[in-house]
Amino acid sequence: MSTVPNPAPPPVAVAAMAQVPPHPVRELWNYFSQNRGAVIGLVTVVALIVMALLANLIAPYSPIEQYRDATLVPPMWQAGGSAKFILGTDPVGRDILSRLIHGTRLSLVIGLVSVTLSLTIGVMLGLVAGYFRGIVEVALMRLMDIMLALPSLLLAVAVVAILGPGLMNAMYAIAIVMLPHYARQTRAAVIGEMQKDYVNASRIAGAGTLRLMFNCILPNCAAPLIVQATLGFSSAILDAAALGFLGLGAQPPTPEWGSMLASALEFIQSAWWVVTFPGLAILISVLAFNLMGDGLRDALDPKLKR
Amino acid sequence: MFGFLLRRAGLVIPTFLGITLLVFSLIHMIPGDAVEAMSGERGMDAARYARLLHQFGLDRPLYVQYFDYLWHVLRGDLGRSLTTQEPVFHEFLTLFPATIELSVCAMMVALGIGLPAGMLAALKRNTVLDYSVMGVSLTGYSMPVFWWALLLIMLFSVTLGWTPVSGRIDIVFDLPPVTGFMLIDSLLSGEPGAFKSALSHLVLPAIALGTIPLAVVARMTRSAMLEVLREDYVRTARAKGLSRWRVIGVHALRNALIPVITVIGLQVGTLLAGAILTETIFSWPGIGKWLVEAIRRRDYPVVQGGILLSATIIIVVNLVVDVLYGVINPRIRHST
Repeated sequence: MSTVPNPAPPPVAVAAMAQVPPHPVRELWNYFSQNRGAVIGLVTVVALIVMALLANLIAPYSPIEQYRDATLVPPMWQAGGSAKFILGTDPVGRDILSRLIHGTRLSLVIGLVSVTLSLTIGVMLGLVAGYFRGIVEVALMRLMDIMLALPSLLLAVAVVAILGPGLMNAMYAIAIVMLPHYARQTRAAVIGEMQKDYVNASRIAGAGTLRLMFNCILPNCAAPLIVQATLGFSSAILDAAALGFLGLGAQPPTPEWGSMLASALEFIQSAWWVVTFPGLAILISVLAFNLMGDGLRDALDPKLKR
Repeated sequence: MFGFLLRRAGLVIPTFLGITLLVFSLIHMIPGDAVEAMSGERGMDAARYARLLHQFGLDRPLYVQYFDYLWHVLRGDLGRSLTTQEPVFHEFLTLFPATIELSVCAMMVALGIGLPAGMLAALKRNTVLDYSVMGVSLTGYSMPVFWWALLLIMLFSVTLGWTPVSGRIDIVFDLPPVTGFMLIDSLLSGEPGAFKSALSHLVLPAIALGTIPLAVVARMTRSAMLEVLREDYVRTARAKGLSRWRVIGVHALRNALIPVITVIGLQVGTLLAGAILTETIFSWPGIGKWLVEAIRRRDYPVVQGGILLSATIIIVVNLVVDVLYGVINPRIRHST
């Protein structure tokens, strides 16, 4: 996330320059860095991003290359394993480590695309509802309530049932599922901001509707949205994996973590590594985004600031 | 109180209508032809196409079709499955007890472990115990349910051989369905070993499905408890000289449970969504597995009916939770 810079002054230095309020970003980092879990989450996320960007360089093999003479090779530390395939191979002889590394790229792209899509539309809807109120608000929010009445995976499954299985459609489905959360959060924040003096002041100074909406109000609603978007990454990864597992998301031979587990039930007795590693990858990345999101929320929430 | 009930129930009707509209449009939004989708036939001749078009009522204006659909839904007629030719509602009723049984047991796992764990974490704040409970619960919250289920099978069914891998009961037992709940039916049957078999089939799916609610309940209980323990009435109770457990159990816990009850209500959605995955993995014959199979087979009447019924259940449960919340907390009843 670009909101977090790297160098942090020691707490003592901050106390010394107490008269000058610290830059908001630096202040945020101060609170954020006190939370050990959040920092671990951030480091993991950065590592995942690096892994995704350099997947072609890091991964020892192609994710879809099948080594027919080396199917279901166990990981290197187990009897029968070889250093050629560090985490072993799957039933058709593909290197699991390479598939996991390339899967990182896929999971982050799924998160990025669905969160961006959902955030953009959701913020628009929320802004319009919160700014104009009245019948527009009632209609939009009722629609969002209907979408919220369906549990996320059920709604995603319904959308995939309409659009047909596939990675792209899974991303659309996840974006639609997350939409009401962003819309509601934006609306609530906009209504809160609308009553403040600075909005009235800008209005009197002659700011037009669009300027008021996007330049004045929206930046002040950003904090909860940033948190929600970070947590949105984790639920996007989780839901995409669930859809992939059900055969409704990414299709073979795409190295998506969830679809790597789709046929894993057959190998539960014979090849534990086929079952274990993809799920571990999902867990680690979801956990990292959740830790980071929780840390951001605590750092951005003025009520909790000491 | 009656006015409050009426207002809350009034909110449910537009939501329900919205969902029927959504489910109704599903058949018109799928790529390809609605007649082919509804009949499951491809490349039929023009005469048959026209007859089916008329038979499904797809030749009428959309609003007529919608009101017709709504009228049927309100009478409990959700059409027939394309594969089994059974009425969708009937199939749902047969399978639903299995999902309820699984969900109730999952919730019992979540509450049975989550409540005490959250309470202990709050009472031993900032100790190793607190950190481990919170760490485990965050991990549980981030856990991909389907993978967790696979791990449980790998450990308890394959390696240790303690529990069966799939189904609701051993095939040697052929029990007449009385209530539809296997635990009760197996007790009623009086067959030796039937109950034990049903229970051993239930344990793993219930743990897998209960994990996310468990994590949520533990976190919620902890923070509610921490909040309540700071209240004046808790300090007063302590000052009166009441025993520590009386203060915690009677004064603090009862008030801390209010937000927890809301969360439990919200978890019904999580349970139904989780049931889709859990039932698929454990071959548990409930509505989650039924729905996924219907999507794979493109059995659209079942998909429509399944989504509509699940959503309706969630709306009704949310209504009940809202009302219960109003009963517990009069401030809510009178404020809205």
